[in-house]
Amino acid sequence: MIRDITLGQYYPADSILHRLDPRVKLMGTILFLVGLFLIKGWAGYAVATVFLFAMIRISKVPFRFIVRGLKTIFIILLITLVFNLFLTPGDRVLVQIWKLQITDKGLNTAIFMAIRLIYLIIGSSLMTLTTTPNDLTDGLETLLGPLKKLHVPVHEVSMMMSIALRFIPILLEETDKIMKAQMARGADFEHGNLIQRAKSLVPLLVPLFISAFRRASDLAMAMEARCYRGGEGRTKMKPLAYARRDYCAYGILILFLAVIIALRVLL
Amino acid sequence: MEETRMEDRQNMIQADRLAYNYVKYDEEGREKETIRAVDGVSFEVQKGDFVAILGHNGSGKSTLAKHINALLTPSEGTLWVNGMDTSDEDRLWDVRQSAGMVFQNPDNQIIGSIVEEDVGFGPENMGVPTEEIWQRVEESLKAVNMLKYRHHSPNRLSGGQKQRVAIAGVVAMHPKCIVLDEPTAMLDPNGRKEVIRAIRALNQVEDITVILITHYMEEVIYADKVLVMDDGKVVMQGTPREIFSQVETLKSYRLDVPQATLLAWELKKAGLDLPDGILTREELVEALCRLY
Repeated sequence: MIRDITLGQYYPADSILHRLDPRVKLMGTILFLVGLFLIKGWAGYAVATVFLFAMIRISKVPFRFIVRGLKTIFIILLITLVFNLFLTPGDRVLVQIWKLQITDKGLNTAIFMAIRLIYLIIGSSLMTLTTTPNDLTDGLETLLGPLKKLHVPVHEVSMMMSIALRFIPILLEETDKIMKAQMARGADFEHGNLIQRAKSLVPLLVPLFISAFRRASDLAMAMEARCYRGGEGRTKMKPLAYARRDYCAYGILILFLAVIIALRVLL
Repeated sequence: MEETRMEDRQNMIQADRLAYNYVKYDEEGREKETIRAVDGVSFEVQKGDFVAILGHNGSGKSTLAKHINALLTPSEGTLWVNGMDTSDEDRLWDVRQSAGMVFQNPDNQIIGSIVEEDVGFGPENMGVPTEEIWQRVEESLKAVNMLKYRHHSPNRLSGGQKQRVAIAGVVAMHPKCIVLDEPTAMLDPNGRKEVIRAIRALNQVEDITVILITHYMEEVIYADKVLVMDDGKVVMQGTPREIFSQVETLKSYRLDVPQATLLAWELKKAGLDLPDGILTREELVEALCRLY
């Protein structure tokens, strides 16, 4: 259950999407998300679907890898679906169960909301799957660079993010290990109702936190030992530079957004 | 005075009555107790040496190691690394660059999420130009025989491989000296062998001074010099042969000796005429054959 999160997990492959400048991919993800929320009606979703699946094909990331990330939002998805389905007032009532009713509008919103959420997760996992965390934070650092003038600690934040991303799989592994150790001594994580299960996670969190702090202290020392002293005077192993494919990608993105907007306005 | 200074510079590391106190504070921030982790240690390490530091848990060997990288500065006494006083804050980064450090847990010292990115982390911090970083990354990965894993994620490597990546990360900073704080403690026997082989290669081929802290006796037999620490003090100093011929003294410091040495020692006690300080199995076999 715990290894299913793909967010922040780089999938090494050799594709155009992998080679794109991280800034393009970041902007692209943001534009895609904005696009998703601009969509009204089936035509827009069709365009988004084609666009997203084309990207998945290009990325050479196996489909099951991308879908795996969805399992973790399943509950959120279900809640949104149910709430939208039953609580949206509409003109025509399709089904009526006691006081709850499903209207045509409710059905519509529910389906669109679900698609939106699913695409949102797929879109952002696609970015993290094709971009190494270091590239990602490099991209963020450059994109947010102008904020440095406002004394926003851009470098520090991006360093923290890349470290957080790097430690996600390690901490997950650790959680797994602690869980197994506690299960071996009779702890039960799988039975009981939601509250009981949530309660059983508390003894898991304490050792996890302790170990995370210990790791953090070790890592800080290792970074200092390797002459880390903040962003100043630091050179880049992979300095960011736009290539032709990046401009092309920007073109495609703008085209995508333009089509979405056009569909919204025209239809 | 001037003369001793000149002498210092010829040594890679020189410690003079080095001491370090850990201070524990109570809730109100008052000093509760001080623990003297390193207590008046003096030693020197020559350029290109392979020095091993032995000691059981809590003997102060890790604290000592952290001084060489200026992660800790001495409470008393002085430590020179490559001619620089580690207490001198202006030279802090020079000290850290000359003396790289590899820690025990491979997971907690790898910063990059791709092997080559991690190796490049040190040079990036030092402000090395981009092209040279790539060159250094390639060289150092080659030096630890990990070049073919350069695009891998560290999470998918074995412990020994991770530790070699960590070593490459230090080598890329072109240090004069590498301090390894129990680098093999969390590894399986195979990983341990890989790492020790890589360390010896660095010492012999690249002529990097190596300070290896360990409690595996088998790793110590290749060292030029062994320091034994107990309770914050250096209690024995000498070549591995000199150290391991004193089995009983080592035992009093709660340390083992290599298996071959122990066997030779027991045989000698039982009346066989064997020489002192046998280190490897081959030596033992040879000595036994000579008897008959």
